[in-house]
Amino acid sequence: QTFSLPDLPYDYGALEPAISGEIMQLHHQKHHQTYITNYNKALEQLNDAIEKGDSAAVVKLQSAIKFNGGGHVNHSIFWKNLAPVREGGGELPHGSLGWAIDADFGSLEKLIQLMNAEGAALRGSGWVWLALDKELKKLVVETTANQDPLVTKGPTLVPLLGIDVWEHAYYLQYKNVRPDYLKNIWKVMNWKYASEVYAKECPSS
Amino acid sequence: MSWCCTYNPLPLYSRLQVTDFSCSWQLKNAQKMLLSLGKKPEKKKQFYRFQTPSKVVAYYRLKTPPYKLDALEPYMSKRTLEMHWEEHHRAYVEGLNKQLANDDILYGYTMDELVKVTYNNGNPLPEFNNAAQVWNHDFFWESMQPGGGEMPELGVLQQIEKDFGSYTNFKEKFTESAFTVFGSGWIWLVLKREERQLAIIKTSNAITPLVWDDIPIICLDMWEHAYYLDYKNDREKYVNTFMNHLISWNVAMERMARAEAFVNLGEPKIPIA
Repeated sequence: QTFSLPDLPYDYGALEPAISGEIMQLHHQKHHQTYITNYNKALEQLNDAIEKGDSAAVVKLQSAIKFNGGGHVNHSIFWKNLAPVREGGGELPHGSLGWAIDADFGSLEKLIQLMNAEGAALRGSGWVWLALDKELKKLVVETTANQDPLVTKGPTLVPLLGIDVWEHAYYLQYKNVRPDYLKNIWKVMNWKYASEVYAKECPSS
Repeated sequence: MSWCCTYNPLPLYSRLQVTDFSCSWQLKNAQKMLLSLGKKPEKKKQFYRFQTPSKVVAYYRLKTPPYKLDALEPYMSKRTLEMHWEEHHRAYVEGLNKQLANDDILYGYTMDELVKVTYNNGNPLPEFNNAAQVWNHDFFWESMQPGGGEMPELGVLQQIEKDFGSYTNFKEKFTESAFTVFGSGWIWLVLKREERQLAIIKTSNAITPLVWDDIPIICLDMWEHAYYLDYKNDREKYVNTFMNHLISWNVAMERMARAEAFVNLGEPKIPIA
């Protein structure tokens, strides 16, 4: 099975001025596509190695699969996490997710502050996540390095929102001022999607 | 201040009990010893023999690259140099100085020593990230020159041919490794002390082969900020441009020459009588 680039549910320029169209186009058409291409290549090589019974090769390919596969997984979630303002981007969460945020973090402002702080402090490349711990039924904020998917931080974690803090996600527009990028991305955050995922995992309790 | 420099064989804790007289330098030597034993020094309050009214603060300065910021055009734009050097590199220097202002425990080290000490044998202190990035970027600017690229000569070429087969082979391996740096990191050509060989090493984030006691010869910054403004996501072009137009084999030669003082690279040619 080969994977292909999912379409963006909005135009490249639809998230301006929070995220520029140039960045969205490069991010989607170049970066995400590269992850998918290399993921497919690594999977093909993995299948070959499995058929041949070449265990050394199978193990060696794991890092490429984790990196490229993780990149594909993470970015697929990321595109759904964002929405143009006219389609509800930035609208505050209501319902069960809103109450859960208040219960677990105190208030939405505190959550945003925490995620921004974690995102700004992340060294190098990675992601900052708002996640639901399925087992504990709690919301948590986690960071992952490089393209590690959220599950590497805990098998019971379900990603609700992820923010890409790799430099390619903001450099052309915000240069090295990552905190500004983090402040502005909330204006196009798709809380509707996060609420849907949350409601599915935690049906009205 | 001869009392300051005499090494007191008393164990550290008993000296601390006579804290009013403990010299901050003796304390630091003891802590240096602790560090070399792999123990993390605790941040103890420094008791000074003479209370000085003003605090002495050590700081490191931002070193300027050995060329003007537009000298690497068109291969590395002035805009990139301005962002990379004036913003990123400067931020690391200022961050480091701010951290050092809190406590004088890390004073008195050269940049190289500071990187190794703050690496703390794999359990890095908070200052490591800034210290290592300052060192790495200094090394990086010096690894490039206007009109660079071309081939290495003389001893460097000989060593490359000995350890990689040919210059083309080395170039291929170097660029391959650069492409497979996952995330933020650096790619290095180092001289390994034990193996007495050149090697290509990838490191992530701020790590530098200095902490493994290797001798770095050339490095290339693979963090996205190093190439994004000029090449966007085209890493291949960036690395190839570096190899063909920016890399300074002159500096590599100087560094190899210095490395030969520490690593015996060949058998001496002893004439048979």
